Amino acid sequence: MTYFVRRVVALIPILFLTWTAVFIVFELIPGDPVNLMLAGVPASEEVIANERARLGLDKPVLERYVTFLGRAAVGDLGESFRTRAPVTEMILAQVGPTLQLAAAGLLVGLTVGLFLGVLAGLRPNTWIDTACTFSALAGSSLPSFWTGMVLIYIFGSMLGWVPIVGTGLDALILPAIVTGLFIAGDFARLVRSSIIDASRQDYIRTARAKGLPPIKIIGKHALRNALIPPVTMLGIQLSNLMGGAVVTENVFARPGLGTMLVDAVLNKDMPLVQALVVYTTAAYLIINLLVDVVYGLIDPRIRHARAAGT
Amino acid sequence: MSEASLPLAPSEGRSTVRQLMTTPTSAVAIVILAVLVAFAVFAPWIAPFDPSKAAAGPRLGAPTAEHLFGTDLHGRDVFSRVVWGARYSLPVGLCTLLLGLLAGGALGVLLGYMGGRLDAVGARIVDVLLGFPAIVMAILVVSVLGVGLVKVVIAVAIADIPKFARVIRGATIVAKQNLFVDSAVAMGAGPARIMLLHVFPTILPTVILLGTLNLGGAILSTATLSFLGLGTQPPTPEWGTMLNDGRDYIRYAPWMMIAPGMALFLAIISVNLIGDRLSEIMDPRAKGRM
Repeated sequence: MTYFVRRVVALIPILFLTWTAVFIVFELIPGDPVNLMLAGVPASEEVIANERARLGLDKPVLERYVTFLGRAAVGDLGESFRTRAPVTEMILAQVGPTLQLAAAGLLVGLTVGLFLGVLAGLRPNTWIDTACTFSALAGSSLPSFWTGMVLIYIFGSMLGWVPIVGTGLDALILPAIVTGLFIAGDFARLVRSSIIDASRQDYIRTARAKGLPPIKIIGKHALRNALIPPVTMLGIQLSNLMGGAVVTENVFARPGLGTMLVDAVLNKDMPLVQALVVYTTAAYLIINLLVDVVYGLIDPRIRHARAAGT
Repeated sequence: MSEASLPLAPSEGRSTVRQLMTTPTSAVAIVILAVLVAFAVFAPWIAPFDPSKAAAGPRLGAPTAEHLFGTDLHGRDVFSRVVWGARYSLPVGLCTLLLGLLAGGALGVLLGYMGGRLDAVGARIVDVLLGFPAIVMAILVVSVLGVGLVKVVIAVAIADIPKFARVIRGATIVAKQNLFVDSAVAMGAGPARIMLLHVFPTILPTVILLGTLNLGGAILSTATLSFLGLGTQPPTPEWGTMLNDGRDYIRYAPWMMIAPGMALFLAIISVNLIGDRLSEIMDPRAKGRM
């Protein structure tokens, strides 16, 4: 538990640093926010001045900085230039679809990656290995927006098996495959090398010598140890998933945080972009913390090392 | 992480190329890449039509002998546009990679060589940035810089800095333990001179390998941003932009998106296959990619 507390405390300076960076970057963007907000619509000097006062833009930089940090911490990051709605509410409304996509994508990615990785890792340097490794490489070389379009064409247009747009679970199948492929290749490579490493260990030789059936050797001895490194990479996979969601949501015209981000950037809706960054960094840091904690739960050696404070 | 920091002797250079050519997969990859590079270099002679000439054929015409990959909404020849697209997509990816490698490499060498508190803070920040989705980071940089081809190059390069800095920092920490670095210090050479003339040549093989392994990613990222409408703008025949053009006609004219997507995929996979093989040749222990 002390480890957990230590890690949570360590988050604070990082969040502070990132949010400071975010503030500076958005200060440096050329163009007055009110002008951006008006987007070319003519307005009187008075209206502009009022709007600046309302948004607090007439205050000195330092004061705005402190206000920004305070508001970021309590989740109040102003309102969208476009809709005038509070950005936090807008973002919360889009979290669901993205999480759904990420979860489905993770499921597909881990299943495919694990399957290819184990298959290749158990028979290294055979044609099975070559085929699996090549598939993994092809998977990570496929532009996911293109895969998405090809899948839409084949299964949506030609065969008509799944709806192309929609919010039902059947409309999630293709997006999940595309997002999953985004991470399956990397995951397969990790699992493969991890299995090869693990099967060289003495305890595997012992298990073989004891005459255990191969299925038991793989399932109980090799896999369990081989999976530790890939699990630690889950944090990075999650960030890949978030990146994948941006593209996948765009291709399938799905609602979600990715679509929101791209639209906000194209519309120059700066408060929304800023809020998305603030929350993404926070979410990312928290997820990584959770992955680290879970990792300790899986591997007793790490748990003990942490308890010893090393 | 690959530990491919084995320095290559000059004479090994030629045998590396030979080893690449004698492996079937990487040989095929080299041939594919050579064709695509030939497209880029000789586009005006290879492409049968002007890539931006409207009504070169029927609108949304299916592939025929005259228009191998069909025609798009404006009747432009898709094959010609794919050929010309190589002129945009490949150099854009390469420039992005070089820029990111330069910036990330400089940061990595600086952190790794200087060590101490600078490195402690720097490496921590790099680690935090590393987990942030690169494509999201690139989109954010675009939101600051604005939309456009050059801006996308800068954006993706910036997003790639942490990745390069981390690997090169590691290689630098190994490289600075060489005796010749100690002797250069003893002879009174300054840090800048040592980093440039002693550390950098030592880690060069790592840098080359890192670059090869990430070129495909750079091509993909820049094309992705163009696809999202944040990079090259129509009517430029860039592959990502062409895919964006084709998305509304998947049902009626799938060839509009199949051809540029295939070109993009072939470019990325061939570069990745070469990078993969190269890392095996340079570091036989590291089978499979970092």
